[in-house]
Amino acid sequence: MTRGGRQPHAAPWLFVLPAFAFLIAAVAFPVLYTGVLSFTRWSASATEPPVWIGLGNYADVVFHDSGFRNSLLVTAYFTGVSVVIEVVLGVGLAQLLNRDFIGRGLVRTLLILPVAGTPVALGLVWRHMYNPSNGIMNWLVSGIGLRPQRWLSDVTTVLPSLILFDVWQWTPLVMLIALAAMVALPPEPYEAAVIDGANALQIFFHLTLPLVRPAVAAAAMLRLMDSLKTFDQIYITTQGGPGTASQTLNLYVFEQAFRYLKFGYASALLLVLFVLILASNLILVSLRRSEKA
Amino acid sequence: MKQLRALGRGLAFYTGLFLVLGVFVFPFFWMAFNSFKTTEKLQEYPPVWVFTPTLSNFREVFGQTPFIRYALNSTIVALGAVGLGMVLALPAAYGIARYGYRRLAVGILVCRMIPGVCFLVPWFIVFRVLGLIDTYLGLVVAHLIITVPLITWIMIGFFEELPAELEEAALIDGCSPWGVFLRIALPLTRSGLASAAILALIFTWNHFLFPLILAGPKTKTLPVVVYSFMTFDELNLGAVYAAATLITVPVVLMVLFVQRHFVRGLTIGGIKG
Repeated sequence: MTRGGRQPHAAPWLFVLPAFAFLIAAVAFPVLYTGVLSFTRWSASATEPPVWIGLGNYADVVFHDSGFRNSLLVTAYFTGVSVVIEVVLGVGLAQLLNRDFIGRGLVRTLLILPVAGTPVALGLVWRHMYNPSNGIMNWLVSGIGLRPQRWLSDVTTVLPSLILFDVWQWTPLVMLIALAAMVALPPEPYEAAVIDGANALQIFFHLTLPLVRPAVAAAAMLRLMDSLKTFDQIYITTQGGPGTASQTLNLYVFEQAFRYLKFGYASALLLVLFVLILASNLILVSLRRSEKA
Repeated sequence: MKQLRALGRGLAFYTGLFLVLGVFVFPFFWMAFNSFKTTEKLQEYPPVWVFTPTLSNFREVFGQTPFIRYALNSTIVALGAVGLGMVLALPAAYGIARYGYRRLAVGILVCRMIPGVCFLVPWFIVFRVLGLIDTYLGLVVAHLIITVPLITWIMIGFFEELPAELEEAALIDGCSPWGVFLRIALPLTRSGLASAAILALIFTWNHFLFPLILAGPKTKTLPVVVYSFMTFDELNLGAVYAAATLITVPVVLMVLFVQRHFVRGLTIGGIKG
């Protein structure tokens, strides 16, 4: 026994102190500060101080701001459609790949690339692929006999085009999560099912799917969380346009703050966004909890 | 007959696999492929498949901008944010795994959920007052919001997997909790640590929004530089492709290092939350 023997109980909270201090300084304080700013009108000017206008900004957000309402719809459409497609497609592809084959490791590495690639670089490539006059997408669709599209430059096709980009980028992640869950399943139920004469479809829907459901739910939740945060990909390819057709909440707030320098108003929007995202995430978390219990 | 059918099925599988992979890999191929075309060739329709490769785009990127300097900026910010992130996140992850502080874990998870824009407005104002705009310190601090949650949540999993008996034995033998953390827990989770660090590096390297607002001429990082090539758009398409390729190469190399832990690293937090 050495001299240090009687210290063990003094230290545990010291482990979490630095991270806790960081959270207070970098997250809690800014959120409070944003809260204060949201009651003011301020153009971020260093010489002119913020003007207190009470709940004025919030009244505008709720009653008068068509840009905000538009961006809510755009966000819901973009997030909803892309997450559903990614989950369905990801699980389907995982099922197809759930077998032994040559080059598994290589396939996994290649599928990580879209997820890990620099969004700015990928956004650039996709933007040029979608170019109506010399992009490869129009070459591909004419190759299969379809009419050339205007892709990102048309109000009606811009969101589907962005969703396709998002689906391309994130389906592999859902797939790899689902595949990891499938590989870990026990073989016995499958042997029993085959003996009982179940066909491949029955096995997938009645056996595999229920068993991997927790992992798939986690993947869906993860995608929802990140999809709501999407910024780079849209900013790079369309900047929210044409007009405001692809302006998600994120981009709308960014524009109010850093383009029009309406810092007070942007703060109110930010707080609304913050509450919306936190609420939707917490609802999902508790849904999953109650399901597990 | 049976063998023939099995062969056919195998062939169908590998064809399908090849097609699926083709779709997901194609934009990367197209990026690298196009970076060797001249801007004139890039504007031709239908797309050109056969051409004499040229390095002129890369020459332009390095000639027109201090690209190496910007790459250095990116490296400094990424290494700083990951290094400092480790200092904050590793003890926190250990504390959460061993001593339970679930509320802190949830607080850190919230950082992961909130869009960067939410932090950017107050940070911008505070950074301006403190003179942190266009400084490495400012950018490193901003990127901690990415590295700390990522490293914490990955490492909670690795620390929880360590057999507690080992650490209990060390405690009984008179080692302090910090001694156990530094001399036993950290060395035993080396591979986890490496993946957490590389994942955090990738995501800091890729980050665009914070440097877009908080960096300036002195500290501009690569994503912002690549984006600025694009604002000239069609005129400079060749340079855009070359710059995009250059920023992607290190990411691909890092992916090769962490591929085993990549999915796990990204999902933890989602799974446990």
